[in-house]
Amino acid sequence: MTMSEGDLAVAQINFVRKDTLQPLPPPSSMSGPVGWLRENLLSTPFNIALTILIALFLAWIIPDMLRFLVFDAVWSGVDREACLITAERPVVGACWPFAFERLPYFIYGSYPIAERWRVDIFFVVLAVAIVWLLWLNAPRRDLGLVYSFIVTPVFSYILLSGWPLIGLAKVDTVLWGGVLVTIVVSAVGIVFSLPIGILLALGRQSRMPAVKLFSVMFIEFVRGVPLVTVLFMASVMLPLFVPENISPDKLLRALIGIAMFASAYMAEVVRAGLAAIPKGQYEGAQAVGLGYWQMMRLIVLPQALKITIPNIVNTYIGLFKDTTLVFIVGIFDLLRTIEVSRIDPKWAAPSTSPTGYVVAAIFYLICCYGMSRYAQATEKRLAKAERR
Amino acid sequence: MSTELKAGSPPASVPFYNDPKVRSIVYQVALCLIVAGLVYGAASNAVENLQRARIASGFGFWDNTAGFDISQTLISYSNTSTYGRAFWVGLLNTLLVAGLGIIFATILGFIVGIARLSKNWLVNKAATAYVEIIRNLPLLLQLLFWYNAVLKALPDLRESVKIPGGIFLNNRGLFLPAPVTQPGFGFVEIVFLLGIVGSIAFHIWARKRQEKTGQQAPVFLTSLGLIIGLPLVVYLIAGMPLSFDFPQAGRFNIAGGLEVVPEFAALLFGLSIYTAAFIAEVVRAGILAVSHGQTEAAYSLGLKPGPTLRLIVVPQAMRVIIPPLTSQYLNLTKNSSLAVAIGYPDLVQVFTGTVLNQTGQAVEVVAITMAVYLTISLGTSFLMNIYNSRMKLVER
Repeated sequence: MTMSEGDLAVAQINFVRKDTLQPLPPPSSMSGPVGWLRENLLSTPFNIALTILIALFLAWIIPDMLRFLVFDAVWSGVDREACLITAERPVVGACWPFAFERLPYFIYGSYPIAERWRVDIFFVVLAVAIVWLLWLNAPRRDLGLVYSFIVTPVFSYILLSGWPLIGLAKVDTVLWGGVLVTIVVSAVGIVFSLPIGILLALGRQSRMPAVKLFSVMFIEFVRGVPLVTVLFMASVMLPLFVPENISPDKLLRALIGIAMFASAYMAEVVRAGLAAIPKGQYEGAQAVGLGYWQMMRLIVLPQALKITIPNIVNTYIGLFKDTTLVFIVGIFDLLRTIEVSRIDPKWAAPSTSPTGYVVAAIFYLICCYGMSRYAQATEKRLAKAERR
Repeated sequence: MSTELKAGSPPASVPFYNDPKVRSIVYQVALCLIVAGLVYGAASNAVENLQRARIASGFGFWDNTAGFDISQTLISYSNTSTYGRAFWVGLLNTLLVAGLGIIFATILGFIVGIARLSKNWLVNKAATAYVEIIRNLPLLLQLLFWYNAVLKALPDLRESVKIPGGIFLNNRGLFLPAPVTQPGFGFVEIVFLLGIVGSIAFHIWARKRQEKTGQQAPVFLTSLGLIIGLPLVVYLIAGMPLSFDFPQAGRFNIAGGLEVVPEFAALLFGLSIYTAAFIAEVVRAGILAVSHGQTEAAYSLGLKPGPTLRLIVVPQAMRVIIPPLTSQYLNLTKNSSLAVAIGYPDLVQVFTGTVLNQTGQAVEVVAITMAVYLTISLGTSFLMNIYNSRMKLVER
């Protein structure tokens, strides 16, 4: 091709666009709020029907809930009179003065009022432990581990049950109650289940038949029966199995049941993590001459536990919800303090029971939802670390 | 300088206490001794404590008269029946609530699970809210709420809610018309069973024929006809041998009909709603586990969305869904033991509650109860292992 031919071709075209044409905006029916509605709510006849159905359901339930919780609710009063149905007030919503008055009972149970500062300190100490443990960029996390799993339990035990030698009066566990017991029971489950669960998971993988047999038996037995029966076992059978003079108190018995139960579930979670570690890691550790415990402590467990963090947190959520079952063996956890309060004649009114349950629901929702968000965030973080 | 290493025997420089084999045996013997010691200690303490408390041991109480009433019984039972009979009543009540709960939870769970994947924003968010709220509240709290705050708050007998069709709803329960079979209804039952057998046989024949010739047979319609249509025809021919016993509202009582006690309703409600939230997550994960390429490949072969879902996505999703689904079913069965909190007479309430209190034989009673749940759990996981090994992807 010569130069002159090219010039000729350009000269024959009488219009050449020099810059790129901007794309037109999509039609208004496909973008903006209208487009969003069309795509997300009204795309097919079936979808339109579904949207209408759900909207109607929400329109039915949400105003009723708001009326009960806020607009028709009673906000002040001293006893049941405030929340009764009267001629001038035919509809009564939530009975909030009941919840306000009983709040200390919901939190501390029957813990002596003069000693409640000890419970407050316990909550603070525990909060520090939780933050130190969960905040992945916290300084000195190794110290945090020691603090959470060794210092906190010992300190809390002395603080809560008392030690007359240093001037802390003894407080019998029968008096403990409410959120305090719920937190103590779940904390004990959490602190004991992880180490015992790791040992059981390692035992299940062991090449020693006796160790393996006992681990499998324990795990399958506890996982095969309901928690209620484990608690019944701990509360009615355990006292038979120990000499009469050292019979453990009621709370301790429930704690033993919860710890056993949680350990078995934790063992299966840890086992899943161990199974995900490639064989090369074990062989590599053995090739550099590490013994069994060194290999587990330095190579295998750090990797296995890291990938199981979301599952461990999910097990803790389950455990936290399951602590309500100590109610059945007569421990005054949050739910039981609410049950006791709601049938108290002083506050007997139609809306007392729902109000009590709403209080419990808010507490559990905040705690469990928080934990599940944490598990999801960790999962995302781990997924990011996997991508290279 | 070279040393010779003989295979099989450790070098002489390693002392015997560092030999892994010796160590392993020592550890295991030690463990066995500890466990045996614990068991022996517990047993001897138990014998001593029981003797001191003058509690009988052994299973002799099984044939003694129970002397208490049970509010819901599927088999004949009165307070002169034995503890053994009470055990069966409790077990059947547990199985009843677990069986119905599994059916309802599965239906609701699949609907919510699919709704969570819906492109419809409202449906999606509503399903997500349901799952997040229900999963994050303790089951016991939900049961107490349904029982104490909803069912017990219903109007009393005299102001019963009347639902068309002869149904009464009040704080003593739900009263439904009870079906009463007349002589001749047996034919309908026989034909119904034959219909089920026939449609299974037809299904097998149709699949064999399709594998051989590629021709499809209308399996669904034929089964529908055999299982529902045929018994219906026989029912009409036999002169409709079924009548209903309608509940009659009296002044202090409702006579006749089928009574659903509020404890049962609350437990069934609570268990179904709670477990459905977990099943929804299982279903969602199962459907998401089928790679998008599978759907695209099906579309490129010309399959429509319906058959794609039915033939490509669901069979592959089921492989992922079924194992966790079974464990949810087991959880539901185990959670039905929370009945004890609201007074529904299930196995735990009847046996570990009342019978234990009356006899004081904690070891035997708790052991029997645990054995029942263990049998159910281990039996199911045994079946699941067989299923898993059959369904395992065979790669080359």
